[in-house]
Amino acid sequence: MSAVQTLFDIDIEGDLLKLVAKGDWRAPNLGQIDGALRDFEDDSMGRDLLIDVSAVERMDTAGAMVLQRVLRACQTRGERSRIIGAAPPHAALLEQVGEHIVPCPVEPARGNAFVAMLNRLGQGAVEAYFASLEVLSFVGFALSSAARVMANPSRIRWTSVVYHMEEAGLNAVPIIGLMSFLIGAVVAFMGAKILRQFGAEIFTVELVGISVLREFGVLLAAILIAGRSGSAFTAQIGTMKIREEIDALRVLGLDPMEVLVLPRLFALVIMLPALAFLAAMLGLIGGGLVAWSSLGISPVLFITRMQETIVMSNFWAGIIKAPFFAFAIAIIGCFQGTEVKGSAESLGQRVTLSVVQALFLVILLDAFFAMFFLEIDF
Amino acid sequence: MTENGSHTEKVIEVRGLKTQFGDTVIHENLDLDVHQGEILGVVGGSGTGKSVLMRAIIGLKRPSAGSIRVFGVDYLEADEETRLGVERRWGVLFQAGALFSSLTVAQNVMAPIMEHLHPPRALAVDIAAMKISMAGLPADAGAKYPAELSGGMQKRAALARALALDPELLFLDEPTAGLDPIGAAKFDELIVNLKRSLGLTVFMVTHDLDTLHAACDRVAVLAEKRVIACGSICEVRANPHPWIQEYFGGVRGRAALASKGVGADAARQEAQ
Repeated sequence: MSAVQTLFDIDIEGDLLKLVAKGDWRAPNLGQIDGALRDFEDDSMGRDLLIDVSAVERMDTAGAMVLQRVLRACQTRGERSRIIGAAPPHAALLEQVGEHIVPCPVEPARGNAFVAMLNRLGQGAVEAYFASLEVLSFVGFALSSAARVMANPSRIRWTSVVYHMEEAGLNAVPIIGLMSFLIGAVVAFMGAKILRQFGAEIFTVELVGISVLREFGVLLAAILIAGRSGSAFTAQIGTMKIREEIDALRVLGLDPMEVLVLPRLFALVIMLPALAFLAAMLGLIGGGLVAWSSLGISPVLFITRMQETIVMSNFWAGIIKAPFFAFAIAIIGCFQGTEVKGSAESLGQRVTLSVVQALFLVILLDAFFAMFFLEIDF
Repeated sequence: MTENGSHTEKVIEVRGLKTQFGDTVIHENLDLDVHQGEILGVVGGSGTGKSVLMRAIIGLKRPSAGSIRVFGVDYLEADEETRLGVERRWGVLFQAGALFSSLTVAQNVMAPIMEHLHPPRALAVDIAAMKISMAGLPADAGAKYPAELSGGMQKRAALARALALDPELLFLDEPTAGLDPIGAAKFDELIVNLKRSLGLTVFMVTHDLDTLHAACDRVAVLAEKRVIACGSICEVRANPHPWIQEYFGGVRGRAALASKGVGADAARQEAQ
């Protein structure tokens, strides 16, 4: 309170209010008196106000603004309010600032919270509808471009395709290999523990073999690629969009679809089956090692058992899904990239959306495949 | 101001500056003074390191040799607290505005106020509103996001943010680049007005000859890795260095001079 006292005093002389400002009226000090001054503005009902600034030592635009604001608040009720005793530089400042006391909204207007929530819900639904239409049209566009380019293979940008194969495929080998090795081992562990109760440890081989070959290998590879490369595609294309590079491509007569989207699409469609294969093999190795170490199933027995009981269709059922997952991930990644608008925040949103949607689509496709294979007894 | 020599205090003092990127030397043995209350225009061809000089002075690019003193503080040797104290006394307007794209204009202006002064929010809003108005923006621009503004309005919003803490020293990197001539002229006028009413010192990197004539008290010319000439426009024009002659004596240089009406006769004679 003492600091407040040092910045202003209020005297009441009959009908006249007098605010004597003094000391350092600069922005860092104003925070502590602003509340008191606002109360004073509300309390000064109908009285004329005289602001004496002759004792003010230093003033900046914020200080001048606050003084002007107090004055205006009182002027609406007491017309003879004014500021007196300003030293020339302060007077100039007060005058300069006086022209700029204009209230200004900080954020776009927001209405009633409940209405806003309903509004968001509706908007979200409509947007989701149109977004799915747009994704479909993007898919069609990409497919037709792909067909056109395939008909004339010299138009495929091999350098770019190979670059993305390395970036998205080869560089992901260590992490995908490690993850699937561990998952294979975990499945074997859990299976062995439960199957032992029935004396059916040997079925661990089927458990590991079928689950890893059919599902885990390809799913793990797809999930990691969606997180690793789908997001990267969105960020790359989105940044290019912000910097108008996409528009530049277009006016140079280059089709962004051909230059940016197709190489990424081809690279993933080629690489994901390979990664799924790798993941499946390492999953088997992980499971086999656990079976050997904790169940005493030797590698030879493991492999023989696998050859006897697990039909090749399990392997193909896994690998055949990979190109479809790759297509979904690449399309979503590139599509979200082209949807980026202007700001850094939008880029972040789109990258998040890209990963979430790609994962969702991968799982959804997987479910469809599972039902399909069940129906055709594959 | 140079004529009556009234200024004595040096706000920026650069001595023997050397900056380099890898093996490429940008500045070598560069000296420059900026005095209290003046607008200094820094000109030079593309790639002479005008922006790099500004970045070196505000501490974003570490020089490999030399000293830079701002408000008498050697920025390179100062401790964290002194440096923060200096940083609060200057405002910087980057070439592309560098507004935070996820905040509205008003929130952009409030950001440094809230961060450094911790005032009640209502006071910060009032201060921001005043700065936005001072920068020549309509009040409703406060609630808009930078992406919704035109180039000129973005520059003004960035200026409002640069002015947020009532800086004594203002750095402007090509403030009028990308503005139409009318917008650019208004911006020049705005800078001069602000300088006059707030007593600012301005360090301005520019290409714009009209801005030089309209706003700058002194001009520093960057070439050959150092400041080859520094003084009032008339003094600098008299320098025989070929780049300076080409810069001020070219078609655009004469046009800017003629439109300003200063030495219009001289320009006409040169034209003949």
